[in-house]
Amino acid sequence: MTIHLKIWRQKDSNTPGRLVDYTLDDVNPDMSFLEMLDWLNERLMNEGKEPVEFDHDCREGICGSCNLVLNGMAHGPYEATAVCQLHMRKYKDGDTIVVEPWRAKAFPMIKDLVVDRSAFDRIMAAGGYISVNTGAPADANAIPVDKYNADLAFDYAACIGCGACVAACPNSSASLFTGAKISQLAHLPQGNPERKRRVVRMVDQMAEEGFGDCSNYAECEAVCPAEISITSIAKMRREYFNALSEIE
Amino acid sequence: MTVSNNGTLNSRVPDGNLQDKWDNHKNNLRLVNPANKRKFTVLVVGTGLAGASAAASLAELGYNVKAFTILDSPRRSHSIAAQGGINAAKNYPNDGDTIWRLFHDTIKGGDYRSREANVYRLAQVSNSIIDQCVAQGVPFAREYGGLLDNRSFGGAQVSRTFYARGQTGQQLLLGAYSAMMRQVATGKIQMFPRREMLDLVKVDGKAKGIVTRNLTTGEIERYAGDAVLLCTGGYGNVYYLSTMAKNCNATAIWRCYKRGAQFGNPSFTQIHPTCIPVSGKYQSKLTLMSESLRNDGRVWVPMKKGDNRPPNEIPEEDRDYYLERRYPSFGNLAPRDVSSRSAKYVCDEGRGVGKSGLAVYMDFADSIKRLGADVIRARYGNLFAMYEKITAENPYEVPMRIFPAVHFTMGGLWVDYNLSSNIPGLYVLGEANFADHGGNRLGASALMQGLADGYFVIPYTLSDYLAENLHSEKIGTDHEAFDKAEKETTDRISKLLNVKGKKTVLDFHRELGDLMWDNVGMSRNRENLESVIKKISELREEFWKDVNIPGENNTLNKYLEYALRVADYMELGELMARDALDREESCGGHFREEHQTEDGEAVRDDENFSNVSSWEYKGEDKEPEKHVEDLNFEFVTPTQRSYK
Ligand SMILES: Cc1cc2nc3c(=O)[nH]c(=O)nc-3n(C[C@H](O)[C@H](O)[C@H](O)COP(=O)(O)OP(=O)(O)OC[C@H]3O[C@@H](n4cnc5c(N)ncnc54)[C@H](O)[C@@H]3O)c2cc1C
Ligand code: SF4
Ligand code: FES
Repeated sequence: MTIHLKIWRQKDSNTPGRLVDYTLDDVNPDMSFLEMLDWLNERLMNEGKEPVEFDHDCREGICGSCNLVLNGMAHGPYEATAVCQLHMRKYKDGDTIVVEPWRAKAFPMIKDLVVDRSAFDRIMAAGGYISVNTGAPADANAIPVDKYNADLAFDYAACIGCGACVAACPNSSASLFTGAKISQLAHLPQGNPERKRRVVRMVDQMAEEGFGDCSNYAECEAVCPAEISITSIAKMRREYFNALSEIE
Repeated sequence: MTVSNNGTLNSRVPDGNLQDKWDNHKNNLRLVNPANKRKFTVLVVGTGLAGASAAASLAELGYNVKAFTILDSPRRSHSIAAQGGINAAKNYPNDGDTIWRLFHDTIKGGDYRSREANVYRLAQVSNSIIDQCVAQGVPFAREYGGLLDNRSFGGAQVSRTFYARGQTGQQLLLGAYSAMMRQVATGKIQMFPRREMLDLVKVDGKAKGIVTRNLTTGEIERYAGDAVLLCTGGYGNVYYLSTMAKNCNATAIWRCYKRGAQFGNPSFTQIHPTCIPVSGKYQSKLTLMSESLRNDGRVWVPMKKGDNRPPNEIPEEDRDYYLERRYPSFGNLAPRDVSSRSAKYVCDEGRGVGKSGLAVYMDFADSIKRLGADVIRARYGNLFAMYEKITAENPYEVPMRIFPAVHFTMGGLWVDYNLSSNIPGLYVLGEANFADHGGNRLGASALMQGLADGYFVIPYTLSDYLAENLHSEKIGTDHEAFDKAEKETTDRISKLLNVKGKKTVLDFHRELGDLMWDNVGMSRNRENLESVIKKISELREEFWKDVNIPGENNTLNKYLEYALRVADYMELGELMARDALDREESCGGHFREEHQTEDGEAVRDDENFSNVSSWEYKGEDKEPEKHVEDLNFEFVTPTQRSYK
């Protein structure tokens, strides 16, 4: 099939970028979207041109590396699907696809479709952990966790750290990402002793990184490949207010 | 010196009873006091399970850690993709599991090509890993009573595998990552993402630093340390198509090999039986369907050649459940090497399914009938969804099509019991070392090994080395050894960029992959191995004459990174073939056609090959030299593996 691409090309953060047109007329419907980009890159290199840079690693939807906005949708048009798991059979012959990077102040541009998401690591360093040294713990079954809470904790823990929630949010908020980690740990007894300190520090760090506030657009939930629910944001807010009221 | 008087490698396995070795050893290892720990810097290369757990644990102890990863964040690494689970000898289900049994299954599963003492230690610390992870908030599957759930995995008859839906690796890695980030916040870990180690710096024979390329700017950087920990994962991508993440590579271990570190059992590769089959030339990687599926999926092919009916129209009597038939006591849970080879045989007979004929069915119809679709969905929902996304077929309705694919490398840099390579100060952890899995790795044991190495072994064994080196001179990055390593690295990069040939890196990598899969894959023989060694060296020559690398060095340039990795695969592939040729026996994943029984089972040669082949680099255009480490089985008696 034939696919028309308009791809964001940008040399670095100091040089302005622009959309460049490419047409591929031998796309196989069984190709993944990233395999189509590999295919394009092969062609560009054979023509002596520079290939398009994009981040990827697992190509199975679990590492969170891939990050493309397709026709305005983070990770493309399909629910619960990272862009590496999107196959070309979902498109029609002759379709045009605009391919852009995550755009957010807190994710500075590196090159083409590659941005710097290290702000997420700094949010995690602010409190996204349970303070336990290697070798200290008691037997794993010493504290039972009811299945309901254990399963909920898992649902929130499934975040792949891709940043689509930020890219989709009109305010570039990282609330879904941050809320997911806070909710995971708030549903486990192990996380309890630090929960107040954790939520305050992580939320403050999020603001410091330049992410916006959440005004309930829910665009994040719609694009999240890990199906993180926005109840995590509500949970984060409750945790935050509880923490502040008790600290004060 | 690791080559002892009788010419074999010294594994430094402590004396005593198997059960007591590790404890005795810990009692004898030297310690570094807290005030002195602050004086040491440890370079941790790679932040997968092995690297993240090591970095966090060492920083908690007070060492200064510098950690490096190719990816943009330590929250990602190949480890994140592990689906099925992690073993431990907790015996929570009370089904008769013990540390001894986990040890015995693992060493037997490895076809008696690993060290008893290492494997026993692995089983011993397995339980602490689960405790550690639960305390970090890893949401393992639980039962209604609130206690942890277990399942069974290939090669074992007990349920000892802990899991977090189909995303165990992700959850374990995020646990280790969170422990790391806690130390980043204290300043004890300095994190260097988007960095690739391109060389090791040795001073007076000891590892003293590394040279990296900053992948965003292209800058070559120098880092000095008192020890270097390689936690850089496996090298399955030599085969081009594999289940490995795209950025997995062999560069760090290969560069260390060229600086004198020996490479153990390079040809030992695991071909996993249950992956989604190849669909076309554009294919960039293969996707694993977790082996846990074999608990409820039944593997079959049509009885007759060329039976093209859709699977649901083939009646029971025309199906061959070949694993259940050949291996009645393990059935669909036969170990990986055995299952993969069986799939190859039925496809070679012309009974394979799908368009290419290179696939077999894994069928859930019986389990769905017995347990209901909801139970199956709860167990494997995300795997079924992943399968459907890739193939556009619904496995609740039609059987999955699966085929073997390269998945794991048991080989790696040689290490002693302390995880030290033969270069003092250079330690190797996780999949990057050769240590614990012998000729074949059992399911759910790589996560266990990576975390055992990082959380529970290296903190002890490294202190012994550092204590010994408390008073040795600190090396700065202005040392001439750094100048030399940096120059060699920049020269290699310029040489590559200046080839300006016509073929892309991908073209070369695909060609190498085909050579490796056809000749150093599931089934190997002398004739093919001899000829492939020549072909690889010709391909390598062509690569250095005709590769086309776009762009420049001083920006993000992923095809340049890729070219540097493929250049190393071109050398490593040859060593793998050499090792496969040299090992005149069939064991584990290494199957030599010359050594099989009449009905196609592997024939091991304990007389001559109850050992580790460890290869030493001798220089460009020279053949590597083989050393051996004899494996002495004091506590178990190697038997011919039988899963019948
Ligand atoms: C699809 C799949 C499923 C699996 N499922 C299971 C399972 O269910 N149970 C199980 O036990 N095992 C499983 N395994 C195996 C297991 O996941 C791996 O063996 C294990 O995670 C490897 O961990 P590691 O820390 O050694 O390496 P990796 O996770 O590969 O980490 C390597 C690290 O090194 C870095 N790195 C590499 N080279 C360099 C360099 N030159 N410079 C700087 N950094 C570098 C990388 O960026 C990365 O951070 C699975 C494997 C696959 C492929
Ligand atoms: S919450 Fe969802 S969209 Fe946001 S980083 Fe996590 S997985 Fe990605
Ligand atoms: S490449 Fe890993 S999630 Fe897409």
